[in-house]
Amino acid sequence: MLQIDQLTTADPKVSLQDISFQFDAGNIYTILGRTGAGKTELLRALMGLNSLVKGDIQLDGQSIAKRPVKDRSMSLVYQQFINYPHLSVLDNVAFPLRRQGKKKSEAQLLAAKMLTTIGLGDFLQRRPAQLSGGQQQRVALARAMVKKSRILMLDEPLANLDYKLREQLREEFPRLVAGNDDSVILYTTTEPREAMELGNTMIVMTDGRIVASGPPADLFAHPPTKDAASVISDPPISFIAGFVRSGALYFGEDQLAPNNGLHLPPDGPVTIALRPDAIELGGAFNATIGLSEFSGSETIVHLDFDFGRAIMLVEGIETFEAGTHISVSIQAEHIMLFALDGQNITTRTK
Amino acid sequence: MAEIVLENLGHSYLSDPKDEADFALKPVNLTWQDGKTYALLGPSGCGKTTMLNIISGIVAPSHGRLLFDRQDVTQTPTVERNIAQVFQFPVIYSTKTVRQNLAFPLECRGVAPVRIKARVAEVATLLDLDYALDMPARRLSADQKQLISLGRGLVREDVSAILLDEPLTVIDPQMKFMLRRKLREINRETGMTMILVTHDQSEAMSFADEIVVMKDGLLQQSGTPGELFSRPQNDFVGYFIGSPPMNMITLETRDGVLGTDALDLTKNLTVGTAGSRHQLGIRPEHVSLVAANAENIGLGKIKKIEHLGVDGVVTLQLATGVLIKAKTRKHVEMSVGQTLGVNVLTDDALLYIEGSLALAQ
Repeated sequence: MLQIDQLTTADPKVSLQDISFQFDAGNIYTILGRTGAGKTELLRALMGLNSLVKGDIQLDGQSIAKRPVKDRSMSLVYQQFINYPHLSVLDNVAFPLRRQGKKKSEAQLLAAKMLTTIGLGDFLQRRPAQLSGGQQQRVALARAMVKKSRILMLDEPLANLDYKLREQLREEFPRLVAGNDDSVILYTTTEPREAMELGNTMIVMTDGRIVASGPPADLFAHPPTKDAASVISDPPISFIAGFVRSGALYFGEDQLAPNNGLHLPPDGPVTIALRPDAIELGGAFNATIGLSEFSGSETIVHLDFDFGRAIMLVEGIETFEAGTHISVSIQAEHIMLFALDGQNITTRTK
Repeated sequence: MAEIVLENLGHSYLSDPKDEADFALKPVNLTWQDGKTYALLGPSGCGKTTMLNIISGIVAPSHGRLLFDRQDVTQTPTVERNIAQVFQFPVIYSTKTVRQNLAFPLECRGVAPVRIKARVAEVATLLDLDYALDMPARRLSADQKQLISLGRGLVREDVSAILLDEPLTVIDPQMKFMLRRKLREINRETGMTMILVTHDQSEAMSFADEIVVMKDGLLQQSGTPGELFSRPQNDFVGYFIGSPPMNMITLETRDGVLGTDALDLTKNLTVGTAGSRHQLGIRPEHVSLVAANAENIGLGKIKKIEHLGVDGVVTLQLATGVLIKAKTRKHVEMSVGQTLGVNVLTDDALLYIEGSLALAQ
């Protein structure tokens, strides 16, 4: 089990700000954040590659913050496929075991076993350059996993792969890392869907801080802050400036918004968040179509209301001509309310 | 601005190609209309970059002709083609301001300063970068830098087409959304033909009026996003377009009739060649799930539920052990192990014979 306390760094780009968290063995933690949120900095600080200004890192109750990198029982897989070009696939994976002092035959046996698990059993004698990008990244993953480190870290491991290869490796991922019940797995990504699909626990970072954490479905349904909601939502969630007055909710100053099932906060300004599925075709609100785009079997429609812009998700492929007007309804059960300081203040009456 | 025609256009990097396999781009006929948006889509090594390089003039094709507005430009050098190109990584002059970056292509062509000033202002407004004109370009975010790369193409009034070579790779998902919207707006307002190269099917779907799907140097299908989604011509397009890919369910022939024990599809399936491989292609979006006791065409046990935000992907094991995926918004109410009824509309189950869409449906 890995515990970090008040981790603070002074890195040139993004510094970690007072991060505390407890990671349990056997769990997969996906760390979601935009570029520059501090994801890589967190991994590097754990590894000992970036130095701490403050804070402690404990593995099974023992501080490892001052240990050299090689004594922390951590492995890191990078975004770029990093392999030894002059070694065979087998020797690439056997290499860390040889460095641990294992005999050549034993190291190769373990490496071959790991490569077979990861689906590369037929490629042991190839050089990395003779493999596809997805296979090369699997070699890097095998080399990180064969050490049986307590902490396995993957820093946007699929970012440099083709869309379909990413889809395939995401699907395979749980099987690839199965049997690592003694390890903590940390996986960073900028893609909300990837974070939700792969993590038992999702951690959201912005500006060097952890701003939310929890089971992905719960976080999606109840993001604690506006920032977290924005990072988690794909397609984007829309924020509209609104107002509460005498028990009614308004878009802008005076356009009445649906509020059935919502406990309204005291009178004053609020931010109204509309998920893409909160808006449906047909209803009392008029909007102009800014743009419509297809995404698989769905159509994402950018709407311009007189109180702001919002995105609607329509099931099926439908053409909406830009510049035309449509009427839509807004579903109160998919509305969230945020205070001006960004806190989620949605409470429902049922 | 121009209509672009690829006439039996192909390329082999070998001097003496023997057969099809020697072609990085197998000969293809395509017409791209002036003012529309196109996407060249396919995995690494499919020939999409070769095609793009032929259009920009970096590669001279070994076979066929390339026409811009019916003019043969097959051998015309890049500089004379008036193509603007945006690359994967922003290419900007980091020591210059945004204004200087945008003005540079016009200065190189000796355009009058007063005209440059007007054009730069117009393009900055189009890109929503007015406020940033006097900022050093290096201070901008990645998506803004990509807009400047694009803007340097847009300022020229003689541009035939804009080629975008995976321009959204370095952009965060949320910003991709805004940038895509911006690209579409620019296309609408300027009427410039835009050609996007990408491996990302969702990017191609959301950007292009028409998508050219390629694999192994061979054109697989060219069509609107709707056509590619609802009528993939072969199993590769069914797999490559859509996420998760199209479900492919193997059929058996019994007493001259095609069918499967997994799903009771009573449609009239034409039997193709005896002994060939028959499959039903069903989009996960077209699989609807109902209670086990409601009317259905097959029962499935939930093996896996993936929460992807608004929607989820549910994997079910059908009676015969065959797996089928369904995309649904009701995933939050379901649990692994539960048995549900499966329904598919007859029109949404497509017959594939040896991987090709059967025409007689």
